[in-house]
Amino acid sequence: MRGKHVAIAVLPACLLSACNRHQSTLAPFGADAADIRHLFIIMLVGAVIIAGAVALLMRHAVRAPEGAISHQKGMRIVLWLGGIIPTVVLMGLLAYSLPYMRPRPVAPADLQIAVDGEQFWWRVTYRPAGATSVDSANEIRIPTGRTVAFRLSAGDVVHSFWIPGLAGKMDMIPGRTNDLIVRADKPGRYRGQCAEFCGLSHALMAFDVIAMPPAAFDAWLAGQRRPAQARDGEGARLFAANGCNGCHAIAGVTAPTRIGPDLTHFGSRRTLAAGILPMTQAHVAAFIRHPEKTKPGVRMPSFPQLSDDQALALARYLQGLK
Amino acid sequence: MSLHAQDDPALRAAQEDRLREVWKPPSGLFLRWTDTNNNRVGVWYTLTAFGFMLFAGVLALIMRTQLAVPDNDLVSANTFNQLFTLHGSVMMFLFAVPMFEAVSIILLPQLLGARDLPFPRLSAFGYWSFLIGGVFVAGSIFFNAAPDGGWFMYPPLTTRTDLSGLGADIWMLGLSFIEVSSVAAAVELIVGVLKCRPPGMRLNLMPLYAWYILVVAVMILFAFPPLIAGDLLFEMERLLNWPFFDAARGGDPLLWQHLFWIFGHPEVYIVFLPSIALFAMMIPTFAQRHLLGYPWIVLAAVGTAFLSFGLWVHHMFATGLPKISLAFFSAASEAVAIPTGVQIFAFIATLWAGKVKWSTPLLYASGSLAVFVIGGLTGVMVAIAPFDWQAHDTYFVVAHLHYVLIGGTLLPLFGGLYYYWPLITGKKLSDRLGRIAFWIMFVGINLTFFPMHLSGLEGMPRRVFTYPAELNIGWLNLASTAGSYLFATGVLVLVVDLALSPTRAKSPRNPWNAGTLEWLALPDDEDWGIRSVPLIESRYPIWDQKDFVAKVDEGRFFLPDAEEGRRETIVTSVLDAKPVSVIRLGGPSVKPMITAVALGSVFILTTYHLYLLAALGGVATLACVLWWLWDTAEIPEKPEKPIGHGMHLSLYRSGPAAPGWWAMFITMMADATAYSGLVFGYYFYWTVHPDFGEGFTGPGIAAPMIALAPSLASWALTLIAREVHARGHVMLARLLLIGGAAMAVVGLFAGLRCLDGLDPQVNVYPAIIWVLVIWTVAHAAVAVVMQLYTLARSLAGKMDPTHDADLRNITVYMHFFALTAIVTYMTIGWFPETGL
Repeated sequence: MRGKHVAIAVLPACLLSACNRHQSTLAPFGADAADIRHLFIIMLVGAVIIAGAVALLMRHAVRAPEGAISHQKGMRIVLWLGGIIPTVVLMGLLAYSLPYMRPRPVAPADLQIAVDGEQFWWRVTYRPAGATSVDSANEIRIPTGRTVAFRLSAGDVVHSFWIPGLAGKMDMIPGRTNDLIVRADKPGRYRGQCAEFCGLSHALMAFDVIAMPPAAFDAWLAGQRRPAQARDGEGARLFAANGCNGCHAIAGVTAPTRIGPDLTHFGSRRTLAAGILPMTQAHVAAFIRHPEKTKPGVRMPSFPQLSDDQALALARYLQGLK
Repeated sequence: MSLHAQDDPALRAAQEDRLREVWKPPSGLFLRWTDTNNNRVGVWYTLTAFGFMLFAGVLALIMRTQLAVPDNDLVSANTFNQLFTLHGSVMMFLFAVPMFEAVSIILLPQLLGARDLPFPRLSAFGYWSFLIGGVFVAGSIFFNAAPDGGWFMYPPLTTRTDLSGLGADIWMLGLSFIEVSSVAAAVELIVGVLKCRPPGMRLNLMPLYAWYILVVAVMILFAFPPLIAGDLLFEMERLLNWPFFDAARGGDPLLWQHLFWIFGHPEVYIVFLPSIALFAMMIPTFAQRHLLGYPWIVLAAVGTAFLSFGLWVHHMFATGLPKISLAFFSAASEAVAIPTGVQIFAFIATLWAGKVKWSTPLLYASGSLAVFVIGGLTGVMVAIAPFDWQAHDTYFVVAHLHYVLIGGTLLPLFGGLYYYWPLITGKKLSDRLGRIAFWIMFVGINLTFFPMHLSGLEGMPRRVFTYPAELNIGWLNLASTAGSYLFATGVLVLVVDLALSPTRAKSPRNPWNAGTLEWLALPDDEDWGIRSVPLIESRYPIWDQKDFVAKVDEGRFFLPDAEEGRRETIVTSVLDAKPVSVIRLGGPSVKPMITAVALGSVFILTTYHLYLLAALGGVATLACVLWWLWDTAEIPEKPEKPIGHGMHLSLYRSGPAAPGWWAMFITMMADATAYSGLVFGYYFYWTVHPDFGEGFTGPGIAAPMIALAPSLASWALTLIAREVHARGHVMLARLLLIGGAAMAVVGLFAGLRCLDGLDPQVNVYPAIIWVLVIWTVAHAAVAVVMQLYTLARSLAGKMDPTHDADLRNITVYMHFFALTAIVTYMTIGWFPETGL
């Protein structure tokens, strides 16, 4: 029964202190994750009571002298403890949990965000009602206090969209579109991650989630709708000369393309390579030259022919795209 | 017979000599491996499965070492993905299921007082297939070619040949081969339980282990074939580019998930129930009383099996299925906890009512119960869909499933090992080492897996080769890693205990004072299984029946002799175990081994795209099977023989009274289930995708009906052949068989005509039609072989109107063939989306 002592000691400690605050189901910032945590705590308390009771009963049964209970009494124990009580408890739990299964109501005016899983990054398209859509990648911003509808699909293989602090996960399946309706309550910076095994770099497919007060969000989205503020120079020349624009779109600069992540406002993102590296010039330059060193199996070709200076120039150029 | 003939010691000694001679194992460097006796094959099987368990455990240790600290780079992502794929696949397919079959092959004849299983050579075939397939799959990691798509192998990651290599083919084909051997063992075990019980052992007197074997084997029969159907579609997509799971060409990745989990969830109970069965044997022994609530336990086992087929969607709660179906599957998943509760509390109540003899096996049983209860409670949590949306595919589920599988499979097996070791070797294991091993393992298990609940809730997904330090779960993972090494140390102590066994002295017979039949085994085991087949009047005959052991030993029950020098066992009726006949069993033979090699070559050569050689392997397999069958169902030298007590039993039965007929029937149930997996595929596309078949012209109605008519004619002619043959018209029956074969050939070619103009690579609609038709015409081809084989048997004098087992058995096949043809041709003819 040692396991249960560990359980009793460790769990509350972590529930109180939450090991991390930005990718944890126990530190919710959204309404659904908070509901599910509530459900979990109730089930946890029940489970601890049941496990303890069974252990005590087992101990008692093994130590009881021969004939401690008659055959009839034994059968009554089986009937009540094995049959009737579990049935009642489970039916109660099911009834209690049913309301949590209902989807959150969504209105046509609510913001839609389409997210496609790709090996190993996220294509993000904001579709505000009655306005033009905005392309982005590897970072998701949502307003607090408003219902948001994620429309989830996948380009290549099955992925799963999971922001533990916001809501449960939803699979992204080629050929299908799944909806996940959420509402964030607490502003802040959080993290999501792919939860369905999707290949070599499955572990390295994450993204930043930024929940913003509604007004700040609206202003930000309006800013995103503007084309890139690109500077000319060595970086811009290298971008075109190396064919980067064949896969990566920079609105207002390159022709549209959907092969790789959209880079229009690349410089304003906090992380690089789908939530894996901090957005520093050195990391960007190193990633451009050898992306497979950071992400095994990545689709982006490597550019070892670029010199250090050239890679840094490209990085400077990209980070200037705010 | 008042003064019993068996009173004469000289007669008994002579009988024992004859029995010993008949059951003598083959010797010699090679020939000893041609043995088919369940004692030998079962032990090989068990040791091999145990070896695979240790192998998969080492893979897990490497993974845990990689995950000990954040951002570790001990192994590459590529290696890590192979490690976890192989760890899960080996534990499930090469350890848990085969281990159940291995232990059952050892125990079942003993439990039933039978001399051996009804088809000893089939067990041997299953073992050799398992060994070949297992080494092929597990060994791939040494060539960096192991499967790396997870044990669930979700397409399109695994079907796209640009995203996954040879490993995916090795998984599909290697494990399909093993699934075939699992189904073979299931057939063997079901027939064994139903037809080879001792006289008087009505169904409700069966030892509970036999009930569980029956339930689990039936589950294997219905759970594995959908996976085999899935494997077939999967390899068609990988090797031939038929787009079953490719959304761009009308396919659907979710179909695989359904087929996989229709197998995958019953699989959990397939590996869990046998361990409960071990409890059901151990608990009465250590409580020294009958188990409480026998009928309830049987009902609970059957109920669990039934429910387990209705739960698969709880593995797919996050795939975006309609919420109403989620609520239904949540409820069904909760419901399965109830029969489990009944079984557990029946054991606790038995211990409570009895006088508990504390012992090492019981220590394992109680420890596994504690571990299992924790896993069961987290199981109730993840069955609630909203919580599962968070927990699914995280380390919380890793913790849950390991608590369930360790508490519900591994520890009970170790307990069973300590309990049954004296039965198999005649020696007890060390109580002291057993306890030390237990406590090290128990602490190790909890230290490994308990923290994983929290890692998962803190956002750690499954199947990640590393995790960032910022998640702050490094300390939880370090604890898990330390625990895993502790766990491994415990297993090592247990292995040392086993290794020391040969140095120990023999223990007395029935050392735990158990009440069930298997404990009749002598410490110096005789290969004949049981001295005489007893008449059973109680569930615990050793406890309850007067002078039972002495009567068995002195040959005072049935079949105490082997006068004709043949291996024999008694066949009884299915429900009330009335003696029906004596069957002659196959003895040592190279045929099972050679057939396994031939069949294995088909799967392995296909993996490497050596299609021509694989086809040759297929022809060789067919030849081996016919060669093997040729001396079965022999006409005995006399119609019946005495088995003692003035009873005479027939030496030949055909139809439902014969084990062979049941084997055919049960095999065809598995075949039909696999086929229905394919039909499910057709209607899945048909109902889920409104554009199914759009823009394609199907085969129309006429062509399928033209193929159906001769197929049904072939069936009808065979049926008529059976009837006229039984009435003595042998020549007419032969002509009808020739006609039936001819009609099957016509049906075959007419079936292929349905495929004219359909290109299976273009879209899923033509592809699924191709698969259904190919399945059907392949069955027509097998029908031709069977009809001609039966004809040859008749011509060779191996079949006559009173000895017509072959004809009756192929009629069973033809019933299923007719059903297959009807469903295929009606489906493709009458249910196209276009063309009506």
